[in-house]
Amino acid sequence: MKLSQLNPGQKGIIVSFTDAEMAVKLMEMGCLPGEEVEVERCAPLGDPIAIRVAGYQLCLRKTEAAVIIIQ
Amino acid sequence: MADLKVALVGNPNTGKSTLFNLLTGLNQKIGNFPGITVDKKTGFCKLPSGKSAEIVDLPGTYSLYPKSKDESIVFQVLADKNNSSHPDVIVLVADSTNLRRNLLLFSQVADLGIPMLLALNMADMAKKEGISIDIDKLAQRLGVQVVNISARKGEGLPALKQAIAQITSLATQTSSIDAKSFAPEAVAAIKQKIATDNDYYALQVLHQHEHLAFFTDKEQEEIEAIEIGNGFDTVKLQGEETVARYRHLSKVLSDVVVDTGAKKKFTLTDKIDAILTHKVFGFIIFFFILFFIFNAIFSWSSVPMDMIEGGFAWLTEKGHEHLPAGVLTDLLLDGVVAGLGGIVIFIPQIAILFALISILEDTGYMARVTFMMDKIMRKFGLSGKSVVPMIGGIACAVPSIMSARNIESWKDRIITIMVTPLVSCSARLPVYTLLISLVVPDEKVWGVFNLQGLTLMAMYFISIIAAVLVALVFKFIIKAKERSYFIMELPVYRMPRWNNVLFTMYEKSKTFVLEAGKVIIAISIILWVMSTYGPSKRFEAIDAKYDHIEANSKDTVQLATLERDRAAEKLENSYAGLLGQTIEPMIKPLGYDWKIGIALITSFAAREAFVGTMATIYSVEGAEDDGGETRLRDKIGAAKDPATGLPIFTFATAFSLMLFYAFAMQCMSTVAIVYRETKSWKWPMIQLVYMTAMAYVAALIAYQFLK
Repeated sequence: MKLSQLNPGQKGIIVSFTDAEMAVKLMEMGCLPGEEVEVERCAPLGDPIAIRVAGYQLCLRKTEAAVIIIQ
Repeated sequence: MADLKVALVGNPNTGKSTLFNLLTGLNQKIGNFPGITVDKKTGFCKLPSGKSAEIVDLPGTYSLYPKSKDESIVFQVLADKNNSSHPDVIVLVADSTNLRRNLLLFSQVADLGIPMLLALNMADMAKKEGISIDIDKLAQRLGVQVVNISARKGEGLPALKQAIAQITSLATQTSSIDAKSFAPEAVAAIKQKIATDNDYYALQVLHQHEHLAFFTDKEQEEIEAIEIGNGFDTVKLQGEETVARYRHLSKVLSDVVVDTGAKKKFTLTDKIDAILTHKVFGFIIFFFILFFIFNAIFSWSSVPMDMIEGGFAWLTEKGHEHLPAGVLTDLLLDGVVAGLGGIVIFIPQIAILFALISILEDTGYMARVTFMMDKIMRKFGLSGKSVVPMIGGIACAVPSIMSARNIESWKDRIITIMVTPLVSCSARLPVYTLLISLVVPDEKVWGVFNLQGLTLMAMYFISIIAAVLVALVFKFIIKAKERSYFIMELPVYRMPRWNNVLFTMYEKSKTFVLEAGKVIIAISIILWVMSTYGPSKRFEAIDAKYDHIEANSKDTVQLATLERDRAAEKLENSYAGLLGQTIEPMIKPLGYDWKIGIALITSFAAREAFVGTMATIYSVEGAEDDGGETRLRDKIGAAKDPATGLPIFTFATAFSLMLFYAFAMQCMSTVAIVYRETKSWKWPMIQLVYMTAMAYVAALIAYQFLK
């Protein structure tokens, strides 16, 4: 399942990434495999989304969230 | 010269800039928005040992692998031993509430082998949130000194300075990962090629040599050949390295960090976000904040501005009364003082604008605006991150274009740079203010909104809409080099640092007066000379003509009018007048006469020269007037077309002028900064041409429809 498919309030555990370049950026910002991630809210227009991971808030576009595979 | 060079390195939002201010006592702009530290900032600090240290504040980054132009500076400085900012010591500033992510950068920097220490900032906040860190154990495992500090409260500084003084010239940090294991042959080949014994440095060179200017073209080619020859996959290896580092850090941090209640820190921020980024309220609040800013600029500043305006009028009047009449007095009062008054009067507005913008950045609200606006902005070829340069453009395009450096994608960045100067900056404010006060009545609509304030807001909206539409055009013209990203930290809400707000107000007003002032005073003097003197034959002819009429007339009333007519005719025949008349056929369709033409010419280099020019031209014209019309606004409002006798500043002319100033690129500093940021003349020239064309067409349409 992709992170972009979660609704606000839902949680998941990061399993892997489908894009190597984006994976480096996400990992540098604390999105590591095995880390719990929660979708906090969507922007007023539905995109981007704000997630909580590794003890802080991150925002990213839905297309970017779609490269994060969660369970 | 300092005894020691110290670089501050850390993630964005770790309080690095605040620490820098504390250490150096030099203040500068700090914000809550990731990557606000754009240019290199340097200051000096006395250490307890009596030695002095030069402190450099490097841009915030999550990793040595840069994602934006801004971040690439960090590795460039740390890699180049001959760089003037290359540090002897690195202070890595980390956020105690998010240690693991912060230590990723630590471990990369540590492997470069430069002596360093770790400053754990926000120690007080971490404690409050139930995070406890065993710093002795951490120091032992990392092999460097670890100091707890709280930059916001100014705690832990003596200990930090002591630690900097004590640091050894040999790096002591323990090794983390085996850098050469990722690409053994390539690393070995590079080590030999560039004569280094540091595996990680060699690996970084393989990844990033394109960013390192100190390699010659030949060296670049050889490094490239090693890369290709060994099948070096930079993306894959960066990923592997990051994973390996985090694995290492898990070991380092096991039983160092005890976290009992990490959720607490977000409760307040969550509640605020629920309102401020709400589907409906979010935009309404944003709109109201913008309206509040415009309203504040107008209403709060009116009293001090009236006082300044009145003060300068009084000064000119008294000067003319008491100083001996002559050319020098005229130059001083009608040239210099008039020009100076035209600048000083905008200090209240600029101070208010910058104070409000710095509060929005400091509290963390600006990051939310970015978050809310991204989807809209993307439709027009921009990114949510373009909102900050564009809102900053309301203040000044120059720093805003520089702040576009933290937009990762090249295309998004170029488009942002191209359209930011269209957003009405504070230099247009004087022009708008003057023209609005001439043609828009000072009335209330629905009892609350000031009509002039609303008109001003409309001008800003027009400029923003224009910027967005032009962006859309560029979106289809410019080809993308890489994909665009929008991964950004949303910092927790904080109270603004009031000292910082006050300082920003002071600093920006000072810069405006000094920088813009120099140009404006110079232009004012040149203009005064040009409008007072003309081809001597013409002037002699005018003098002869009026002397002749005067000699034959005894009517005192007629004499007074004659003096005024003589001055007006002289102005028309002065060098400035002739220049204005030369371009008059071109600007006639826009509703301008040759006097406005002079103002257009002088504001080619800096648009804020408009008001000063008007002030100079009209004080020259009114110099012989003994009436009470000493306020600029009244003088310009009273100006009449000599042919028809109708006022020159009608609604149509004023609106056409405002549109011209809204769209035209009348700012040499912006042209220069765009050249610097894009490293080519192509973009600033395209910008100059399209903006001037747009200004002309918009002003033409407006005048022809409204007249």
